[in-house]
Amino acid sequence: MILIKNGRVVNPGGKEGKLDILIKDDKIAAVGKNIREKNARVIDAKGKTVAPGLIDMHCHLREPGREDEETIAQTSLAALKGGFTSICCMPNTNPPIDSPGTVKYILEKAKENRGGTVRIFPVGAITKGRKGEELAEISELKDAGVVALSDDGDSVMNALVMRRAFEYAKMFSLPIMSHCQDKQLSRNGVMNEGYNSTVLGITGMPAEAEEVIVYRDISLAAMTGGALHISHSSTRGTVEILKQAKRKKVNVSAEVTPHHLILTDDLVRGFDTSTKVNPPLRTRDDISALRKGLRDGTIDAIATDHAPHSQEEKDDDYRSAPFGMVGLETCLALILTEIVGEGVITLKSAVAKMTVNPARILGLKKGVIAPDQDADVVIFDTGAEWTIAPADFAGPCKNSPFIGRTVRGRVVTTIVGGRVLYSL
Amino acid sequence: MNSKKIVFKRKDLLGIEELSREEIELILDTARGFKEVSIRPIKKVPALRGKTVVNLFYEPSTRTRISFELASKRLSADVINIASSASSVVKGESLTDTARNIQAMEVDAVVVRHPVEGAAFLLSRVLKASLVNAGDGSHEHPTQALLDMFTIREKKKKIEGLNVVIIGDILHSRVARSNIWGLTKMGAVVKVVGPPTLIPPRAQDLKVQVFYRPEEAFIDADVIMGLRIQLERQTSNFFPSIHEYVKDFCITPERLKLAKSDCLVMHPGPINRGIEISSSVADGACSVILEQVTNGIAVRMAVLYLLLAQKQI
Amino acid sequence: MKTNKTQVILDKNGVSKTIARICDEIAQRNSAKNGLKDLAIVGIRMRGAHIADRIAVLLKSKYKAEVPLGILDITLYRDDLTTISAQPIVRSTEIGFDLTDRKIVLVDDVLYTGRTIRAAMDELVDFGRPRNIQLAVLVDRGLRELPIQADYSGVSISTTHRQIVEVRMKESDGRDEVVVNSP
Repeated sequence: MILIKNGRVVNPGGKEGKLDILIKDDKIAAVGKNIREKNARVIDAKGKTVAPGLIDMHCHLREPGREDEETIAQTSLAALKGGFTSICCMPNTNPPIDSPGTVKYILEKAKENRGGTVRIFPVGAITKGRKGEELAEISELKDAGVVALSDDGDSVMNALVMRRAFEYAKMFSLPIMSHCQDKQLSRNGVMNEGYNSTVLGITGMPAEAEEVIVYRDISLAAMTGGALHISHSSTRGTVEILKQAKRKKVNVSAEVTPHHLILTDDLVRGFDTSTKVNPPLRTRDDISALRKGLRDGTIDAIATDHAPHSQEEKDDDYRSAPFGMVGLETCLALILTEIVGEGVITLKSAVAKMTVNPARILGLKKGVIAPDQDADVVIFDTGAEWTIAPADFAGPCKNSPFIGRTVRGRVVTTIVGGRVLYSL
Repeated sequence: MNSKKIVFKRKDLLGIEELSREEIELILDTARGFKEVSIRPIKKVPALRGKTVVNLFYEPSTRTRISFELASKRLSADVINIASSASSVVKGESLTDTARNIQAMEVDAVVVRHPVEGAAFLLSRVLKASLVNAGDGSHEHPTQALLDMFTIREKKKKIEGLNVVIIGDILHSRVARSNIWGLTKMGAVVKVVGPPTLIPPRAQDLKVQVFYRPEEAFIDADVIMGLRIQLERQTSNFFPSIHEYVKDFCITPERLKLAKSDCLVMHPGPINRGIEISSSVADGACSVILEQVTNGIAVRMAVLYLLLAQKQI
Repeated sequence: MKTNKTQVILDKNGVSKTIARICDEIAQRNSAKNGLKDLAIVGIRMRGAHIADRIAVLLKSKYKAEVPLGILDITLYRDDLTTISAQPIVRSTEIGFDLTDRKIVLVDDVLYTGRTIRAAMDELVDFGRPRNIQLAVLVDRGLRELPIQADYSGVSISTTHRQIVEVRMKESDGRDEVVVNSP
């Protein structure tokens, strides 16, 4: 038994305030004032914030396929260090998650980790080999345990295939997560198209390459009644289209990453490949629209898009280096510092966008601290200041443009299923 | 006037964007002194004796490489040429590893040409040697812009206030980008003209005027600068056919009449005769295309001298 | 406490008299009778060039000799490029005649370590093979570091390294004089 005492409980889906939390086995047993339980191990959370374990809707495992970059055990530690107790992994492993075998492999591999692993919820591919041509065996994937479908970085360019996917997935209540990007319109692009791409002579990806697919997928979701989730929204146009769609009650939700909320394509001017990410870093105007969308509820969730790449791969020219940055370890601190700290949204709202909202979108019974819920809890210190350093990342890949930045807010303890799996 | 001593503090020449007007003027002034060296009986001065310059070319370019090679040799530096086909580039060695190997050989300067934007920046971070960007993708080609400005200044005695038109594939042109930075810093009025498909997004923000019709852009031009059109662009739908490009954008004698009578016609070469420029214009009285080539050596001598002569490596 | 001392070595009059004397010596030694036709004067930028210019004018007025005049910029031949703090501006060398088989009178304002003259001779021979090179200086201040001596020297003075010999010419400095500053 664990008794978390004296913490400030931020729990958008349940009771909040200065409360104690009692954990019995893998479940929450009680939430209330002055709980006494003499057999429990007491964690004093005085001065700290206690919240439901965070849920990352969007991250990338490198196992199977690129265990040299990050093993499941390392991704798990990265998540725990960042306060995440559940993560959804995208299907771009090698082999991809387009068959039940890969799903089972990942789930088995996670169980092997003796020290305990973050909860992993695989996202299955929409199409075989993520090629956008033939539907994957979605029923089998569902039975194996996937919680959503996505072809990840490869937008399904054939609208008819996408229509069928929405229709077919409906019978399993699986949301489709769409990385919206028209492949022709963004061809050869490696950064945002705009003033900076013009100065650098680098081929850009226009905002419209994202927005035309956002619009298309919203139309298809409306047409079919399927559930659509827009991955890593990055442009003003996307926010505007989303807002309109939500007004029309289309079944659509959306996420945004910390880097798209904080960084602009001005950073690409030094050709630092740690800034190369897809969708690309956009402009100050996009950031202000995304922040407004976050505040007014147009954007439901915050996700990391954690994507480790080795130094060797990133140590290349800007065109050849791979897209992606690591983000599990820094997400909460960045949101607390730059978004909550700047008054864009409240702490409670920020926690909601990383707990109850993702749980709702994915249909998971998670994200709330309440009796009988899984005992997934994070304790963090909103006042702790630290400077992000390569050593803060759990895996061997340190591809973060935030290295060197000082942030406020640090995870102290992460509890998954009643076990303390990480403490600072 | 001799007391005017500006120190050129840079280790590298990566682009014109980073240079101040004073630095550009210093390079152009220095180049004037070097131009005379190339007409001496012995075309060589000992200023860089004992220095080693590596020409690292990942893209074929006879003209620029020879120009740099002559510039180095006329300063008495030793020159090594590494072309992509002959080097470990094709064997999968990364750019930075190649750079580290070159660094280990204690060379003094590396002149690099690379098809990817930012390659020169990447190398400059690894190398202790001075780096000269001889063209990185569509980003910058600083020595070309410097020799263009040198030629304009030599002919027109000034750059400030001149109407300079750059015509063609602005989108993919490093020559256009470097010239836009340089010419606007030097006070010229820069106009770019080409089909909208080949004008980069937000080009106006580079402080240039954008035109789609040469007939409008050429009016009162003091300088018209053509750019090489890559023939493969037509397959990417940047324009429907070479025929149509020639019809609307070729620098013809008729179009040239719209410019001032003493207008200079320039081109970084190699030219596609009859496509971006008609032969009679390329070989005509207004053309300074071959003088650009001559001046290129003096400008590159000046750049190497300013980067290397003073510094203890 | 030492104070700065300035001593005038040559005033306006002294400068022109001295240049005239050098001119006479040049004419004498190179047999003015045949019109000095194989002679050329080459001044080292910048004040040596002014002195060379005046010598050429005098040779013409006094000896009716049309002597070709050249200017050398020795910047690119200096042996101290890596140690000086600021790069000198590179200016052009102007030698508009073939110096092969000519007698060259190299002209500079001050002869000191000899390194400038070494650089100038290196540069000169890159232009051709003169029959001989003679050296004319307005001031020889001693302290040589190379085996070089002047054929014509206006004044010879004994100095220390800490002293500064300043030659001012009307063309560049507004007046003619030679002074020595002692710290």
